[in-house]
Amino acid sequence: MSDELAIAIASDVDVVSARQHGRELAAEVGFSAGDQTVIAAAISEIARNILNYARRGAITLRIVLDGDRSGIIIVASDQGPGIPDVPRAMQDGYSTSGGLGLGLPGARRLMDEFEVVSAPRQGTTVTMKKWKRKHG
Amino acid sequence: MEVPILKQGFYLIASIQSALTDADLSQLREALVARVGKFRARGVIVDVTALDVMDSFAVRTLRDLAHMTRLRGAETVIVGIQPEVAFAMVQLGLTLKGVATALDLEEGLVFLDRQVKARSDHV
Repeated sequence: MSDELAIAIASDVDVVSARQHGRELAAEVGFSAGDQTVIAAAISEIARNILNYARRGAITLRIVLDGDRSGIIIVASDQGPGIPDVPRAMQDGYSTSGGLGLGLPGARRLMDEFEVVSAPRQGTTVTMKKWKRKHG
Repeated sequence: MEVPILKQGFYLIASIQSALTDADLSQLREALVARVGKFRARGVIVDVTALDVMDSFAVRTLRDLAHMTRLRGAETVIVGIQPEVAFAMVQLGLTLKGVATALDLEEGLVFLDRQVKARSDHV
């Protein structure tokens, strides 16, 4: 399956749109209602991070098939200022935007795989995956 | 999308009808804090049954709303957090600490009645 959905993030309306599309795609994959909400919440957090730190960017949603398992992959990318200290940004409660500092660490807890690639002045790319549980 | 706010007796009831943007949530907070004074409300119920997600911004805004209305003399109770929304909130590390919650509108009204009575008994 190669269908990919890219959502430009430039305002708070786009954050809602991204998480709603994420939920729809998760439903298509067959995720439970609980997991659909978890995925939507993770998208909401990282999409808002784009707005807060980079002002604009994009969220790409894709279904992944790996052998006999399926899941969803979400990539959030921006050309913003980047994260100078990624390990620190992954700590609960660390924020430079006046938020709760739960965005990245919170989203990581919600997903199965989570990767942040960032460098100062080179933007940030967050890639996260969630796999559908085989039974239930 | 603006959230309708109903007045019922001493209480204000804000019933969220669909997913809200950050701006909508902030607007709801401002409107409720202002209307507590306008209607001399003693209690506020925010029904979030229709909210698709409670992320860190939504939780912070609702927590601020509850603390601000309390400073204005009205108790706020959040009702209708769905099971899957609660699950995602806890995973995110969001707890709504210090904010009253109740299962649904009916339980929210019972809670407020008890709060208001306790307050007036004190006087």
